[in-house]
Amino acid sequence: MAQSAAVEPTRRDFLYIATGAVGAVGLAAVVWPFIDQMNPDASALALASTEVDIGSIQTGESVTVKWRGKPVVIRNRTAEEVSAAKDAPLSELKDPIARNGNLPADAPATDANRAATGKENWFVMVNVCTHLGCIPLGQQGEYSGWFCPCHGSVYDTAGRIRKGPAPENMAIPVYSFLSDTKIKIG
Amino acid sequence: MAGHSTYNPQNPLLKWFEARLPIGGLIHSSFIVFPNPRNLNYWWTFGGILAFMLVAQIATGVVLVMHYTPHASLAFNSVEGIMRDVNYGWLLRYLHANGASMFFIAVYIHIFRGLYYGSYKNPREVLWVLGMIIFLLMMATGFMGYVLPWGQMSFWGATVITNLFSAIPLVGEKIVIWLWGGFSVDNATLNRFFSLHYLLPFMIAGVVILHIWALHIPGSNNPTGVSVKDKQDTLPFHPYFTVKDAFGLVCFLILYCWFVFYLPNYMGHADNYIEANPLVTPAHIVPEWYFLPFYAILRSIPSKLGGVICMFGAIAVLFAVPWLDTSKVRSANFRPLYRQFFWIFVAVAIGLGYLGSAPPEGGYVIASRILTVYYFFHFLVILPLLGLFEKPLPLPASITESVLGKGAAAVTAGAPSAPQTK
Ligand code: HEM
Ligand code: FES
Repeated sequence: MAQSAAVEPTRRDFLYIATGAVGAVGLAAVVWPFIDQMNPDASALALASTEVDIGSIQTGESVTVKWRGKPVVIRNRTAEEVSAAKDAPLSELKDPIARNGNLPADAPATDANRAATGKENWFVMVNVCTHLGCIPLGQQGEYSGWFCPCHGSVYDTAGRIRKGPAPENMAIPVYSFLSDTKIKIG
Repeated sequence: MAGHSTYNPQNPLLKWFEARLPIGGLIHSSFIVFPNPRNLNYWWTFGGILAFMLVAQIATGVVLVMHYTPHASLAFNSVEGIMRDVNYGWLLRYLHANGASMFFIAVYIHIFRGLYYGSYKNPREVLWVLGMIIFLLMMATGFMGYVLPWGQMSFWGATVITNLFSAIPLVGEKIVIWLWGGFSVDNATLNRFFSLHYLLPFMIAGVVILHIWALHIPGSNNPTGVSVKDKQDTLPFHPYFTVKDAFGLVCFLILYCWFVFYLPNYMGHADNYIEANPLVTPAHIVPEWYFLPFYAILRSIPSKLGGVICMFGAIAVLFAVPWLDTSKVRSANFRPLYRQFFWIFVAVAIGLGYLGSAPPEGGYVIASRILTVYYFFHFLVILPLLGLFEKPLPLPASITESVLGKGAAAVTAGAPSAPQTK
């Protein structure tokens, strides 16, 4: 009798497992709201877009605007900065991907894919270091691009990572030109 | 926590209570008659000092909360209000801010004490791991507390540390946004850090109880590392160790007060008196001093994921020490080689701390790489091998013999008036 009970699952075994399974599902269902409450709330998700007048930005000047709590730099690059970025061979880049929100995810990191389409002097970028999130300083470092003071990442004039611990090029946000002097970020 | 109790209250009310909740007996057996090795030195007073500091942080923290506002646009000014307007607010805040530093000074001494005297070895492995859990919780608490005044270092420290998780492949980005509750460190982040900063010290208190419980099963280790063999090796906790601990604590408090009253901002950073600005990173970001050795390890690795793995690995390896050290002898006093490697390790840890505060360039980077390699070499190579090759010095036959010498031990063994019987 005892032996057959061990082999043959009883109705009691079934109830035991079924109760446990229902309990586990219920527990998971209760835990999820406690985890998900920490994700960005509706107000943070209401993806704000920002319009910026760029008419007054002279060659060699930048402005920084805040978008989604992060600084976005808009730079009117000098001819030397553009040619330095164009001349850099792709094989020298640590991160060969453009990281441009306006282009396909696998676009290569050429200067044309980083700058504004058809307006190579205009350069729009989320100015956040891809290492640990500091704000690199403009027109500094070995490539006269950006230099991050936190742990020494060096970016070129197209915001591409060249040296230091950062793994990726700085991100290009989604943006568009509303007119020649106005852009919309986001 | 210390076996059966000899507690016998005479007062009828206490008797009545004890029969229903025997807490008096628990305290009596744990902190009055508990037998401690008679040869404990002052390095053993830091446990009591740590318990005191936890209570001090909770007491000052609870009253700070009565005046602090956890909101990104109000937090900085509320802390300034504590400093300028609240009665004795400056004192309470300086006690809390410097208290955190003193807490870490004590915990580092306590940990190095354990490493020197082999207090992590059989049968105290669980005790050691519980201590490491406390250390982790303390680091989380200190980190989140530093964010609350919402100065520049608060903000950028929080940004850099939370971004560590973005190094995790695939889900890293999602985890960071989940931690932030937004797309950057902001009000949502401050609020949750405040909630957790209030919670974690009470979790620490819980683990401290387990830590003391685990301590009272084998009892304290001692400077010889030799186990207690009989009653004459020990003295009752009260008055011998209550008084010794109190004296150590008072000396420690003098140092604490010296910082609070004469150098209250020495261990902080001037940039934290500038309100958080998400658009400007300070020229030179440094975490609180107690994270610097780990920060140096993070920065020494020229890869993001690699740096994060090494930094967490540097803490993880401490958990494994009981199983990495193969020597049967506990105390470094009887391990001529380990004793030297121990002091080299202390120098390396302090050196890493110094490098963590230096700018991440040139010779500093090279030096941090060398010391980082040595840090891991100490735990992963030296500790396991040393136990196999080192020839330990002869151990004393007992704790009493180590204190009184060979002849005397034999005499007191038979003497009826051993101190603990008085
Ligand atoms: C393990 C114990 C604790 C540690 C290590 C700790 C650490 C810290 C640190 C480092 C700061 C930043 C100090 C500064 O620069 O201003 C801080 C701030 C603060 N802590 Fe704690 N804390 C602890 C317990 C608590 C508790 C239990 C509470 C509340 C009940 C609390 C409430 C606060 C508040 C309100 C602030 C912000 C005010 C200020 O910045 O001075 N803390 N804590
Ligand atoms: S955050 Fe820029 S180098 Fe680390």
